[in-house]
Amino acid sequence: MNPPTISLSNVAFSYTGTTHTLFEGLSLDIPPGTTTAVLGPNGSGKTTLLHLILGFVAPSDGVVLLAQRPRQLYSRRDLGKLIGLVSQNESVPFNFTVLDYVLLGRAPHLQLLQTPGEADIIVAQEVLAETGLAHLEDRSIQSLSGGERQLVMIARALAQRPRILLLDEPTSHLDLGNKGLVLNIIKRQTARGVTTVFTTHEPDLAESVAAFVVLMRNGMVLAAGPTHEILTAPNLTQTYGVPVDVVEIAGRRVILS
Amino acid sequence: MTTAGQSHTPVLPKSNRLRRRFLSLGALLIITIAVSIFLGRYPEPYWMPPRLLWEDPLAQRLVLNLRIPRILAACLLGMVLSVAGTVLQMLFHNPLVEPGFLGVSQGAAFGAALGIIVLGASPLALQAMAAAFALLGLGLSAALARKMRFGGWTLRLILAGIAVSALFSAGVGLLKYVADPLTQLPELVFWLLGALWSITWTDTLSILPVAVIALVVALLMRWRLNILALDDHTALSLGSAPDRERTVLLVIVVAATAAVVSVAGIVNWVGLIVPQLARRIFGADAQRALPGSLLLGGIFAVVCDDIARVAFVGEIPLGILTSLLGALLFAALMISPQRSQPQTQDTPAAGGRRE
Repeated sequence: MNPPTISLSNVAFSYTGTTHTLFEGLSLDIPPGTTTAVLGPNGSGKTTLLHLILGFVAPSDGVVLLAQRPRQLYSRRDLGKLIGLVSQNESVPFNFTVLDYVLLGRAPHLQLLQTPGEADIIVAQEVLAETGLAHLEDRSIQSLSGGERQLVMIARALAQRPRILLLDEPTSHLDLGNKGLVLNIIKRQTARGVTTVFTTHEPDLAESVAAFVVLMRNGMVLAAGPTHEILTAPNLTQTYGVPVDVVEIAGRRVILS
Repeated sequence: MTTAGQSHTPVLPKSNRLRRRFLSLGALLIITIAVSIFLGRYPEPYWMPPRLLWEDPLAQRLVLNLRIPRILAACLLGMVLSVAGTVLQMLFHNPLVEPGFLGVSQGAAFGAALGIIVLGASPLALQAMAAAFALLGLGLSAALARKMRFGGWTLRLILAGIAVSALFSAGVGLLKYVADPLTQLPELVFWLLGALWSITWTDTLSILPVAVIALVVALLMRWRLNILALDDHTALSLGSAPDRERTVLLVIVVAATAAVVSVAGIVNWVGLIVPQLARRIFGADAQRALPGSLLLGGIFAVVCDDIARVAFVGEIPLGILTSLLGALLFAALMISPQRSQPQTQDTPAAGGRRE
């Protein structure tokens, strides 16, 4: 199976109750089987872009294609099998164990009244092993550190065995060590042929894992393309509205502002 | 708790211990019900020798026509309130929500008060009024929530529920004020305190269908409930239709709550405390917490009703006992250390424990 593409063409969208149009004539092709980083200041429409792909909100005009098929043709369950989401504020109001929580990711593969079986538990345990969380399996979520908790949320999405993985600011509250763990997970998913898209405020993250970068400002795509072509000082300056420098240190490009 | 007995199979190493817990709780429920049949104040306070069932026709009739329907009603009441409590707490992401929430209890109280004072209603009409106004309470809350222009669905329902409850409780206050203090007020107050003293087979059978349907649907959807307890975006991304699924569960458990409240009056605390207790014993996953809540709720209500009818010559209203025991239990739970996952308490980050 080829990795799925994500393609938006001529999409218009505004939140109900507002006159402000967020997107107008937005077109974007996200390449399959690679990692794409979406960068942009607060309010530029990064999260809304993910929500349009997931069908949480519907465009007033234009088409969203997932694996060459219009998004509306997918049922919720099929979307759940296709796309895994790690949202920004995933809250867990009850004190699930890590394994029970990761098992929730199997929901799109189960019928309405079905409970997870042995095969699902095996998938969940595989995912826990892949994400380095196997030793936490029986721990309760509320006893985890913030970093561990974020990894559990990602594991929950991976238990869906999605072919597209969307992460909304997956590293925003993490220390360097945990950031590294999350980036490794993203790299491994891409290596498996999963189309991975994440939003971030840190251009350096995009530089280190993304093959493709989308720069957004005020609901518009300023630039989209291979990372080394897009992450330039003029582009970033235009995106954030403050002077940004890109310098090369020990063979790596570092973004300074 | 011990970690002994950890098996090497990767699949559900905890399942045997949990099965044992469920079996012992189920057995305890059956024993409680069986013992309750012989508790009462005939022929003398507290205990009726079982042989009277064969020897004494009055004892036979008493057990068959009064005690058994009442014990069953208490069991159903406890099960419905506890399951409804678990479901609502998860749907509203809030462990402090209880089934009377959303205008249901206050609506039922207002309906019953109206029945007693304005219509001088018969017990059956009173039940019908209570059930009708309980559902009206829910309907009003939902309608108001839909009209609100801010906040998520959950917050809007909570706010609407508070407003509708206050409206009905003002109505109940007014009706109490105009009630005849010698004839109507005592009946109203007794109903508001919750009691099963006048339960007959007719009452028990009248709540049985809706209660059983609600319990079965909730049990079938027990794992799905976990998904509905997550935030909307995560639930949607997991392939669920949270609004539709939440509405189905909500209507079903509230209808069952309205039914049991209509025969028993306002019985507080069961739907709040039992789900909390069940989560402590079985963990947060509703796949286990919901059945646990069902069994515990049955036991709790039957025991409370036993005390209510046996302890003193005059009957104590059930609602007072459940509040008393429930509040004590609640306080005890709140100050006891969190041990929702008993077996892992002493093994933080036990790397390699499985190998």
